[in-house]
Amino acid sequence: MTPMNRRLFPVLAGLSLFFFVTAPVIIIRAPYESTMGLVQKIFYFHFPAWMAMFLAIFVLGIASGLYLFRRKPAADRLAVAAAETAVIFGLMGLITGPLWGIKAWGVWWQWDARLTMAVILELILIAYLLLRQYGGAGSDRLAAGIGIFAMANVPFLYVSTEIWRTVHPRTSVVPTLPVDFGIPLWWSFAGFIVLCMALLAARVRLEEQRAALDRLYLAVEED
Amino acid sequence: MNEFLRVAWLVVRKDLRVESRSRELLFTTVFFAISCVLVFSFGFVRGGRAVEGAAAGILWIAVAFSGTLALGRAFERERHHDALRGLLLAPAARPAIYVGKLAGLLLLLAVVEAIVAVMVAFLFQAPLFRFPVRLFALLALGTIGFASVGTLFSAMLVRTRSRAVLLPVLLYPITIPVLIMGVSGTAVLIAPEPDLAMARLWIGLLFFFDAVFLTLALWTFEPVMTE
Amino acid sequence: MGILRLGGGSRPAASGWGIRRLLALGLVIGLAAGVAVLDAAQPPTTAAQDGFVPMPDIPPEDQMPAAPLVAAAYAVVWAIAVGYLWTLWRRLGTVEAELADVARRIGERDGA
Repeated sequence: MTPMNRRLFPVLAGLSLFFFVTAPVIIIRAPYESTMGLVQKIFYFHFPAWMAMFLAIFVLGIASGLYLFRRKPAADRLAVAAAETAVIFGLMGLITGPLWGIKAWGVWWQWDARLTMAVILELILIAYLLLRQYGGAGSDRLAAGIGIFAMANVPFLYVSTEIWRTVHPRTSVVPTLPVDFGIPLWWSFAGFIVLCMALLAARVRLEEQRAALDRLYLAVEED
Repeated sequence: MNEFLRVAWLVVRKDLRVESRSRELLFTTVFFAISCVLVFSFGFVRGGRAVEGAAAGILWIAVAFSGTLALGRAFERERHHDALRGLLLAPAARPAIYVGKLAGLLLLLAVVEAIVAVMVAFLFQAPLFRFPVRLFALLALGTIGFASVGTLFSAMLVRTRSRAVLLPVLLYPITIPVLIMGVSGTAVLIAPEPDLAMARLWIGLLFFFDAVFLTLALWTFEPVMTE
Repeated sequence: MGILRLGGGSRPAASGWGIRRLLALGLVIGLAAGVAVLDAAQPPTTAAQDGFVPMPDIPPEDQMPAAPLVAAAYAVVWAIAVGYLWTLWRRLGTVEAELADVARRIGERDGA
């Protein structure tokens, strides 16, 4: 895994760089939205950031399950990486959202269901990282439990707009977008997903090196 | 299945017996809940009148706070003389032990909630008991959701350091959805024009959450508690 | 803590099946309740929520205040990604330096 990982990162990073550099050109050429105008273009960064966060949370949940039920140390390392990556993308979503909201709604923040749930997810992930940081020995198993709970929360987040009346655009908007809106969206979507994988690869590498260091220290003590 | 329930019942009986000797958990939790509501009443009752809509939130915050206190304490007790390890070493299904601990906590929280609900209705002039069955359903389902996650987390945290801080840090974000549902459901019940359809929706959602969280907790208790 | 594994292993195997069936039942009930709740609670939709509609011409007064916001959003995404990669690179550097240091010391000790 390690050498592959080391080669994987430059490829993924280069690919996401390509998508991110070219994205503005495509986004500027996209048509303007009738009620929101130019500010709707934030959507092309906002939505993919959340999707990348969901991907990372999905990886976190699966990896946590693998670690909990199969005891694979590599899965634990992937889980930590996924949690941190999810926090990073959640931060992007939480910052780009208000930049859109101030123009579209006239306020920076609104306590509608989706925003509330987004904040809760971010809180859960940060709590996970706090546990990993300060839990001490044996907290990895417990963190895996939290990871599964975090993933279980995502469907609730996703359907929450369908349940509550809300000012947030409905999620069902995305598949029905006209092609002119769709191309830039999927372009930056690809960029975010590749970036997510690149960050995951880099973070897993860090965790692997830490594990190697721990093994080395253990070997020294045993002598 | 019978065996499962028998083990759970044995754990509940053990906890009740320990509690009946000292009554420590009951008295401290009830006292904490009462002082919680009193502190809120100093903040939210102005000029003899309660701030509108505060009652539902205060009821649930008091339940959540005292619930956290009880959860931490209930497992702190199992740390003495490695009692939890002894419990886990018993040739019994681990999920049954979890269910037993959960049932004991639910009994305790039921007492606390009965007192807190009466106090909130009294101090905040809230018509809490206008729909007693629906209020009971909300409180019962909300408490099960909160305590099922809380029991799992505090059991897992027993072996960790800084567990006193980590329990609320982990528990609140994951149970916020349950609290939102409880508060909103109670709020539509005690509003001047109660919206029973909304109340039914919140109760249904709470049931949905409970089923998922309880299943997950039963599922993960075994591997998480195995060293 | 090693003895705990014994406790896990000596459980009666039959009870595991009952629990698994119970768990499956719980999930099914939960999902069914969820579907029922979702069905009951379809909120009315408004036109603005159903989709984006392209606008043929843009009034100039509409573009101006929004441009900095869009640019800021793009910049924020870049800043967070680059900033995070930078912290990763630094943390990796620290760990790798320590790794090399420990390996060197082991080598010295074994050589001596």
